[in-house]
Amino acid sequence: MTNAMTNTGTPLVELRDISISFGGIKAVDNVTVDLYPGEVVGLLGHNGAGKSTLIKCLSGAYQMDSGEILISGKRVDIQNPRDARAQNIETIYQTLALADNLDAASNLFLGREIVGPGGFLDDSAMEAETRKIMARLNPNFRKFNVPVSALSGGQRQSVAIARAVYFNAKILIMDEPTAALGPQETQMVAELIQELKKQGLGIFLIEHDIHNVMKLCDRAVVMKNGQRVGTVNVNEVTDDDILGMIIMGKKPAKAA
Amino acid sequence: MSNNAHAPATKDAQMGAIARFLQATEINTRLLGMVGALLLIWGGFHIYGAVFNGQGAFITPRNLWNLMVQTSSIGIMATGMVLVIVTRNIDLSVGSLIGVTGMAMGILQVEILPDYVGIGHWSIWIITAIVGLALGALIGAFHGWLIAYRDIPSFIVTLGGLMVWRGMAFLSAGGKTIAPVDANFALLGGGPYGTVGEMGSWIVGAIAAAGVIWMIVAGRASRSKHDFPQRPMWAEYVLGALGLGLIAGTVWIVNAYPWPKGIVKDYAAANGLTLDPETTFISHGFAIPVLILLGVGILMTILMTRTRFGRYVFAIGGNPEAAALAGINTKAMTTKIFALMGMLSGLAAVIASARLNSATNALGTLDELYVIAAAVIGGTSLAGGVGTIYGAILGALVMQSLQSGMVLIGFDAAVQRIVVGVVLVLAVYLDNLYNKAVK
Repeated sequence: MTNAMTNTGTPLVELRDISISFGGIKAVDNVTVDLYPGEVVGLLGHNGAGKSTLIKCLSGAYQMDSGEILISGKRVDIQNPRDARAQNIETIYQTLALADNLDAASNLFLGREIVGPGGFLDDSAMEAETRKIMARLNPNFRKFNVPVSALSGGQRQSVAIARAVYFNAKILIMDEPTAALGPQETQMVAELIQELKKQGLGIFLIEHDIHNVMKLCDRAVVMKNGQRVGTVNVNEVTDDDILGMIIMGKKPAKAA
Repeated sequence: MSNNAHAPATKDAQMGAIARFLQATEINTRLLGMVGALLLIWGGFHIYGAVFNGQGAFITPRNLWNLMVQTSSIGIMATGMVLVIVTRNIDLSVGSLIGVTGMAMGILQVEILPDYVGIGHWSIWIITAIVGLALGALIGAFHGWLIAYRDIPSFIVTLGGLMVWRGMAFLSAGGKTIAPVDANFALLGGGPYGTVGEMGSWIVGAIAAAGVIWMIVAGRASRSKHDFPQRPMWAEYVLGALGLGLIAGTVWIVNAYPWPKGIVKDYAAANGLTLDPETTFISHGFAIPVLILLGVGILMTILMTRTRFGRYVFAIGGNPEAAALAGINTKAMTTKIFALMGMLSGLAAVIASARLNSATNALGTLDELYVIAAAVIGGTSLAGGVGTIYGAILGALVMQSLQSGMVLIGFDAAVQRIVVGVVLVLAVYLDNLYNKAVK
């Protein structure tokens, strides 16, 4: 397992001193986090701790008030989701962010459609590509020609994951990817995360389930009230230590 | 991850012949319902006329020809309203936009352009139409900007627009009516001279037929390229035959309506011909505004189904937040959609004022309601995300059929409004039932 202490070289992502406020409330307050290739960093904390907000600064959904983002050591300017995608940052949102009235292929390619001669959409090509990636991620998926509103929670999730994986992401953000899933589907997501790690992706994982954190993450960043409580190597602490950080907002003595 | 791999075999066995036919041909049941409603309305008025007035006047070449011309201006705007409603907005200002762009075009072609290029110059109608479309687009873009970048609800912006632009239409010429319009411009409104004639109509029909065949062939080629399942051959032939039959029937109808005797006489006199008005049969053929509607319908369908722009319209309607997260500039899209709606209103104003042969400040009054009703009857969901161009055009045809039918059998205006209002509510209710049944 990758260890923060042994992580050397340039981090894939560095979020430095990020702050963002909404109506006078500091949702994220001077938070610094980094992520190395082939690493899974868990972001933990109560609801409203600022995890999702922090991560939305990286995915381009929000614009931070201050701080800087470095990708592979280079400072980048991420103003909107297009900028993030250009940096090979892909996001699976908690809400999945699917257009319910469109089919799987249209959602997968939304904003990055395959066009043929004359700039017209090549729906057949997009469906063919969707069939290919779904065959890998969810071989039982059959509903290619219906709106995603007609799909089950797990199927919708697999469309959202396929969208993030298809475009050769280097940095993957997963906001509670297993919240709506059953045990078997959760296992599939866990296997996918392991596979992507091997390919050298860096993954930010927002997760509430402490067992998933212990199982999937290399490091865990705990946040409370918009501030970073601390960062720990998961294999050096117990789940009680992490729970303590989340609840008390203090780093355990031995890991400090 | 989970799946519902339903067993197609048992499902097929349960389906009746009609369901299998619909599945193989991929004919939309909603479309079928609208065509059924249309035929019911046409047949109903025709039979009512035959029974109570001694003569069924509805299903005649003359009435159907007029119906098409009357539908064109509302139909053109309804195609734009689909985009507006699909993105969860509304545009109440289109009727007033007709008024103000119509007046602007009237003043331009009657009082300004003749001073520069001379009365009756060939370029007048072109400049006028371009200015009308551009003015409509500009006003629409302004509405869209207020909605997207200043966060004012579209209902309020366009309600304001409804009053402002109607007032502007009045002020632009102090309430005067401007008539007559340029002779070439007037052709855009239809009328006996504003048609393409018998041969022209067959040429239009031939082009349309070639288009239908090309779509079927190209569709098969595209499916086979990616090894997708093909429609059965018989279904392709049925679809082709339906398409070609509809085209041939329409051409036949517009060609079966002859010029009135007076027009034949005028035409003969103007061209130094000797024609016997009693025996000469000169077909109207397709009216120019109807061809404009068909052209707009085809272009808008391509825009909505085959381009990124159209895909984004649907995505914004389905989930605005998801569209934005996918990198779509939703504010710019809203501005463009309203600009397009404005431009189509300008085009509708060209047809409406050309047809009246005059520009009045009351032109297009209440049109916004008919346009919205047409889009909604055509299956556009006010909740957003769902709608088709052909549906909106059919919806406009349904509305116009009701109105024109009631005029033919002599219902007065008050009854007409009651019926149209009831039909609108009923249509949406039936649509709800349909959607629940489909789920």
